[in-house]
Amino acid sequence: MKEVLAFIRKEFKHIFRDKRTILIVLVMPVVQIVLFGFAISTEVHNAVVDVVGDMTDPSVRRIVNSIDANEYLEIGEILPSGAMVESRIRKGKAKAAVCFEKDFDRHLKADGRASVEIIGDGADPNSAQIVTSYIKGVISSEQLSISSSSTRGGVSMRPNVQLMYNPAMNSSYNFVPGVMGLILMLICSMMTSVSIVKEKELGTLELVLVSPVKPFWIILSKLTPYLALSIINLASVLLLSRFVMDVPMNGSLALLLLVSIIFIGSSLGLGLLVSVISSTQQTAMMLCGMGLTMPTMMLSGLIFPCESMPAALQLFSDIIPAKWFIIMVKKIMIQGVGVSAIVKELSILTGMMVFLLWISIKNFKTRL
Amino acid sequence: MVNTGEKTVVIRNLVKKFGDFTAVDNISFDVSKGEIFGFLGANGAGKTTAMRILCCLSHPTSGEGTVAGLDILTEQEKIKKRIGYMSQKFSLYPDLKVWENIELFGGIYGLTDKQIAQKTESMLKALSMENTRDMFVRDMPLGWKQKLAFSIAMVHDPQIVFLDEPTGGVDPVTRRNFWELIYEAASKGVTVFVTTHYMDEAEYCDRVSVMVDGRIEALGSPAELKKQYNASDMDGVFTKIAGRAERE
Repeated sequence: MKEVLAFIRKEFKHIFRDKRTILIVLVMPVVQIVLFGFAISTEVHNAVVDVVGDMTDPSVRRIVNSIDANEYLEIGEILPSGAMVESRIRKGKAKAAVCFEKDFDRHLKADGRASVEIIGDGADPNSAQIVTSYIKGVISSEQLSISSSSTRGGVSMRPNVQLMYNPAMNSSYNFVPGVMGLILMLICSMMTSVSIVKEKELGTLELVLVSPVKPFWIILSKLTPYLALSIINLASVLLLSRFVMDVPMNGSLALLLLVSIIFIGSSLGLGLLVSVISSTQQTAMMLCGMGLTMPTMMLSGLIFPCESMPAALQLFSDIIPAKWFIIMVKKIMIQGVGVSAIVKELSILTGMMVFLLWISIKNFKTRL
Repeated sequence: MVNTGEKTVVIRNLVKKFGDFTAVDNISFDVSKGEIFGFLGANGAGKTTAMRILCCLSHPTSGEGTVAGLDILTEQEKIKKRIGYMSQKFSLYPDLKVWENIELFGGIYGLTDKQIAQKTESMLKALSMENTRDMFVRDMPLGWKQKLAFSIAMVHDPQIVFLDEPTGGVDPVTRRNFWELIYEAASKGVTVFVTTHYMDEAEYCDRVSVMVDGRIEALGSPAELKKQYNASDMDGVFTKIAGRAERE
């Protein structure tokens, strides 16, 4: 046991003496979260909507008030003519504008129809779509309530579209679990494999293997520091997502930790496997970068939803551990489900962990 | 202090095959306690493979033997505690300080903290490296590193120390200095098993074996071999024997 402790201590020294590594390992998760959170944000917050129309018109006022009441929209300026809409949008002062025709209320009451135009900022298609659909929602619900109150006994059919769990389409709900998966996998697999392959290159691995310490313990003491680092990262990502990104923590923290540990285990297994295959640090880096990180980013559901992939790619995505981890994290954090709802994913991931660790430890021994 | 009565290494009919390639082809030899045994051969002659089997880093395909009186096939774990090893690549941890390397390997070999502290003192004193205690190994000259690596290979007082081309890349004076350490170890009864392709080093050995194509072609003291092959130095002996090689 003392032998193993001496080894673990040495492994920590390697990590803490390499300032660049420690910086990357501890700062990367924070940068990633901030990057995904603020730079790649697709959500809409207090989007400014200008109005072109007659504010003395009762129906116009009614609709404008309910737009203002919407928690994601905010009324900007009341413009006298449609000519000023473009410059406001171009300057970024408004996200959209609503133009009511003249005598809006009279047309509505007399003819049962009046025209209203929504102008969005197509330069930012994602948020334009979201903003305009919010405005449409407000108008159509107002329209229905106006028509139902004027023709008594008529159907009052409110389109009540509501997004479960994420009414604001808060993108952090999607990327926090994704980035968690990506970071844990990167650190566990890349750091472990590079540190082992580095010892192969230096020749120190041979020196250690000729010692009475059994290979199993050598592997274990190699993995321990990276396990510790991963848990620190997990904590920092979770704190950031909870308190900076406002991602809720609806489920059990203990369950989330259990799932994370299993995922970390499978990533360590992948790292070991890479170190068995590769004989230089470059190879290990390439294998981790192209062979593990790219597929994880593309196929785990982090960027593209797995459901919309072609069938062949969906099958391929099933063998990516991060996919199952991300599904479970979403379910636990956002939906707040218990263990019974994730039995399938949990057992798949556990199976992957056991398989990866088993096959890499077995091959590690025979390769020596 | 060669004690011919006590054999620390006994090898019989050792064979190691990698697929169709026979790296070590039926070799047999004995090494006595306190002997400096040189293992010579061209690159690829099978020296390192044979040594790796003796160090329990690799299993032989067939054959048998004992190291420190223990069976190389069944008692590997016990053997590992009684041997020291220094590989051809200089191999200490460059990002650890001198004392940390000593502490690590002492720890790996199960020394107590007290023993490690004592070893550190005596080792640094013997090497006149007291002032380099806190130096990072990567900052040391190669000759110093090799001496330190040798001392660390001896940290647990092994019965046999295996040196795989320990002095690669250094000048003859530094090599000679290194050999002082080897002589000192041998005089204390430690068996030294060394592979090399420097012929001046071969002269320093008590006995040498010359491997060609995985077989031991010649075995004896440098003086005997020079006489047998009618050569003035080991270089001549080696050229004559290694010239028979069929594989590169």
